[in-house]
Amino acid sequence: MKNSICVKRKRVSDYVMYGLIYTCAASSVLLLVGIILYVLAKGAGQIHFGFLTNVTSVLRGTVGIAGNIVNTLYIIVITMLIATPIGIGAAVYLNEYTKPGRLVSLIEFATETLAGIPSIIFGLFGMMFFAQTLGLGYSLLTGSFTLTLMVLPLITRNTQEALKTVPDSYRTGAIGLGAGKWYTIRTILLPSAMPGMITGVILAIGKIVGESAALLFTAGSAYTLPKGISDILTKTLSSGGTLTIQLYLSAQKGEFEVAFGIAVVLLVIVLLINGATKLLTKKFDVNREKK
Amino acid sequence: MKTNHSIMYSSRHHNTSEVTAKYIFLISGIVAIFAVCSITFYMFLKGAPALPVVGPMDLLFGTVWQPTAQVPSYGIFYVILTSIIGTGFAILLGVPIGLLTAVFLTEISAKHLTMIIQPAVELLAAIPSVIYGLLGMMVLNPTIYKLEKLIFAGKTGHQYTGGANLLSAIIVLAIMILPTVINMSVSALKAVPQSYRNASYAMGATKIQTIFQVTIPAAKSGIMTGIVLGIGRALGEAMAINMVAGGSVNFPLPFNSVRFLTTQLVSEMSYAEGTHRQVLFTVGLVLFVFIMVINLILMAISKRGENNEK
Repeated sequence: MKNSICVKRKRVSDYVMYGLIYTCAASSVLLLVGIILYVLAKGAGQIHFGFLTNVTSVLRGTVGIAGNIVNTLYIIVITMLIATPIGIGAAVYLNEYTKPGRLVSLIEFATETLAGIPSIIFGLFGMMFFAQTLGLGYSLLTGSFTLTLMVLPLITRNTQEALKTVPDSYRTGAIGLGAGKWYTIRTILLPSAMPGMITGVILAIGKIVGESAALLFTAGSAYTLPKGISDILTKTLSSGGTLTIQLYLSAQKGEFEVAFGIAVVLLVIVLLINGATKLLTKKFDVNREKK
Repeated sequence: MKTNHSIMYSSRHHNTSEVTAKYIFLISGIVAIFAVCSITFYMFLKGAPALPVVGPMDLLFGTVWQPTAQVPSYGIFYVILTSIIGTGFAILLGVPIGLLTAVFLTEISAKHLTMIIQPAVELLAAIPSVIYGLLGMMVLNPTIYKLEKLIFAGKTGHQYTGGANLLSAIIVLAIMILPTVINMSVSALKAVPQSYRNASYAMGATKIQTIFQVTIPAAKSGIMTGIVLGIGRALGEAMAINMVAGGSVNFPLPFNSVRFLTTQLVSEMSYAEGTHRQVLFTVGLVLFVFIMVINLILMAISKRGENNEK
């Protein structure tokens, strides 16, 4: 009976491999759960109203990250204001205006390359070009310009993917009605590609929130709030450290309570961003399936 | 004036906004090219001058890093070696775990389990690197320190690192490349047609045989892309490993405190001056060249993958 085809031979190696596969999958999942739980356990106690709304000050004896939160917002807003139009514009150009050729492959090559450059190199370039050559110094503006280059590929790619899924009948329909190209893009293509574009923008914001190496040498590390209304614009020319930078500096100084407090805030933001993109892609898919 | 309203002579041809829009889109497209060119230009402009000053051989293959000594010495060979070895071992550790996790997600696990685990893996990719660094400092370093004390107990001549050493950095890097490897492998494995698997089962192969002898070879190109992306990510990672790898330039042994190309920049750029600063830019240039090579390999792989599909 040993050689009967009705009896499956048990292969030891199969069981070993199954064991390995289950172990690896379990450790990957446990790792994530462990990271999140550990950060929450260590840092959740640190989060209270004062921590989020105060600025660290020796004089007043307060510890807080309000300044860093404001700096992070500054960098997000400025970066996205510049990067979103350029990124979407590039995607529209690649997808709507050109036929595959040398310029397209050059732009695509450049976008791929930008996506592959590590943030520390962007930081070096930002320091050399925006801070020194253009004379912006350590400032929120330098940091934002640097990050603009970094998130550009993310927005371009997502918009391009979204534009590719817009059916060609929309374009021919619009041309048939006598609409110009720009008119078609403005009123038909971009609105149809909106969920994809928004996903790109949200992912870019997530990348900015988590970024540290590119900002260390470009945006500096100050943690003060703008001094009144008139300072809101001039603040962009002064140094400002984001949440991640403050986390790094606090950890280096051994202030682990503050570091874990910031880590919790960052994790919450990351979770929210992740959830938002998930929701959007879901909605996006549904729209496509209807056709 | 009449002609303007004729449909034979549409105003569209004269529409300035159409033309302006086209050029604005063109300029947006060129920004990326311009950015890559100027980054390359600046990296060489700032990174190259130190080579003749210090001497290319002394700089790249020198093993003594004492930039602030009376007679300064700027050898970055150990730093380069650390980056290569650290990345290599992180890949050796991270890729098998990542690939097997991907196999679990696509071939073995029940669908609803995959629906939970896969977003979790994506989340792992989104966690900021400083958080990995912080956890490495608080959890990994003390553990590695215990191991270090156990191994080197009674031996003299070992400089204790308190757990901040190459081994910790490799583990952190391996964890950080996991999501990249898993996600790329999952999409590659998912793209393998079901008929391949069915054919293999029909030949009497077991599930494991099918996975390792049919499915994974068929998904090779996508998995390779994931590995190369992982190499790029590990080479370029700065903040997390700066927090766990210690801070002195040493030969990359597991229990030595080491400097990577990236951490060399992070820790010294803020105060370096003169030749020291120039040499740091050269470190940046070396990193940049490595990354560009990785990028080119990546593009070659994906191009080959596309050709195979045709």
